[in-house]
Amino acid sequence: MSALPPVDLAASRRAILARRVRAAIGLAALCLLAVLFLAPLLWAMSASLKSLDKVNEFPPRLIPEQWLWSNYAAALTKLPFLVFVGNSLVITIAATIGQVLSASLVGYAFARLPWRGRGFWFVILLATMMLPAQVVMIPQYLLYKELGWVNTYKPLIVPFWLGGGAFFIFLFRQFFKGIPKEMEEAARLDGASEWQLYWQIFLPNAKPVIATAAVMGFIAHWKDFMGPLIYLSDFRTYPTSLGLHMYQSIDGAWTNYLMAAALVTTLPLIVLFAVGQRFLVKGMLLTGSKG
Amino acid sequence: MRAQARRQLAGWLFAAPWLIGFLGLTLLPLIASLALSFCSWKGLGLGTLRFVGLDNYRRLADDATALKALGNTAIYAFTAVPLGLAVALGLALLLSQKRPGIGLFRTLFYMPNVISGVATVMMWTWVFNAQFGLLNAALRAGARLLVALGVGSLTGWDPPNWLGDPAWTKPALVVMSLWGTGGAMLVFLAALQNVPEQLYEAARLDGASRWQQFRHVTLPQISPAIYFNLVMGLIGSFQVFNDAFILFGGRGGPDDSALFYVVYLYTKAFQHLEFGYASALAWVLFVIVLALTLLVVRGARRLVYYEGDQ
Repeated sequence: MSALPPVDLAASRRAILARRVRAAIGLAALCLLAVLFLAPLLWAMSASLKSLDKVNEFPPRLIPEQWLWSNYAAALTKLPFLVFVGNSLVITIAATIGQVLSASLVGYAFARLPWRGRGFWFVILLATMMLPAQVVMIPQYLLYKELGWVNTYKPLIVPFWLGGGAFFIFLFRQFFKGIPKEMEEAARLDGASEWQLYWQIFLPNAKPVIATAAVMGFIAHWKDFMGPLIYLSDFRTYPTSLGLHMYQSIDGAWTNYLMAAALVTTLPLIVLFAVGQRFLVKGMLLTGSKG
Repeated sequence: MRAQARRQLAGWLFAAPWLIGFLGLTLLPLIASLALSFCSWKGLGLGTLRFVGLDNYRRLADDATALKALGNTAIYAFTAVPLGLAVALGLALLLSQKRPGIGLFRTLFYMPNVISGVATVMMWTWVFNAQFGLLNAALRAGARLLVALGVGSLTGWDPPNWLGDPAWTKPALVVMSLWGTGGAMLVFLAALQNVPEQLYEAARLDGASRWQQFRHVTLPQISPAIYFNLVMGLIGSFQVFNDAFILFGGRGGPDDSALFYVVYLYTKAFQHLEFGYASALAWVLFVIVLALTLLVVRGARRLVYYEGDQ
């Protein structure tokens, strides 16, 4: 009996020590991984601040001896890069607005309006999520060509005003379904039309979903590469993604400028990510749990 | 009754944008691409459209480049997806422990998934550069350390030529894909946080080790998340375009070792203007993706554990 307490004490001390060691190892692993995840960005930043001689110096060094911020100005004037940024903004904003508006409309129809065939069309809507875009890409191209839309922004914008894709519709439908019926009943008694209900009652309440859809849409359109690659051939109309690609094929040897341009293109996404992370997480998890 | 009819009409009107889009930009193109896949057409006037039966599909079966592209894509998918799931789960486990500053780490691991695109792939070309790249600088440093410790020797050893050696192009693409695994990580993290604490307590009372708790409590509980990430990962990997296209400047890399299926499809459709053949390629991709999904769904029925209310 008398021998027990000291043994217990030693055991609990060992347990505490083991927990601390595990916590320390965990933290060290997290820090190491954080460095790994940041490494490509840091490496690009390092190259973007060096002269071309120093970029192609062996062995490579991470911290530049001289920080040539002027590389950024040079990179952005070598090609009409600000024009590309402007083009990206036009396409991205126009497509995202259409996507959010039309997805909220259609989502509302699927969530709150009783129309014949709603269940059937909802199954079709979900099925379109599984459809690889490549299967419909070629006839879509031929259609837009027939309409004279090639070399305009229409193929990159107009389709997103037509529902904005199954995922976004689903996002809005899930949200609108969760709004209690009492919300609309008072307005309905006052003689509000369906449009007024949607526009004045439901949409103002949907701000978190609108933010989620807007952030996700903006990022997707800003990054889109294949669409512009297929539809645009005049380089003055290029968005940043395609402009960068052209830069790489013309002036790829200028690694410092290329990295500067790549970082400038990524910067809006990093800022948007920092600001809108919680909305992105929400969207990501909705696909994960209900998909 | 009038109100009923009005709401009925409102429903159709509200859904109209999508209904029009679905019929015009999905259903019609779907039928058209199936029809095109049995035709030969260069896109110059409908008069030149020729029905060729199964020729496009027969040609595909004999097209060494197409088969190589399909093989490359399959090798990539079946490496990148399992590795990506393992990394994502590992990160999620590290993040699921309560400690200060955990939100910052989550942000860092998730960010690449959001920002990755043409620009970040270009940054990776510089990381992979055989001579001046960061990855090989790190490998050389590691090798020197091993030599200093008396393990092995450096003579005759060179770090991989990631983008120039056919054997290393696909590993490079896999490494790059691991960088973007943050989306799957978030799904795992949410699933881990939903595992009831009592289950772990019960397991501990039964004397389960940490590994046993992971194997018999965590894994079954998060199996729906694993399943979801697996299906989405496979579907996504077979459609990879940007990474392979940008990393190798729109070509297939050395010896076509990094020619991916969709890159080949793009080349056939929009550079060679072989719309019939490219449509056949697209339909084969569709069938493969569908088959894989069905396979995973069937497997999931045996392996995935769902709470009663889900």
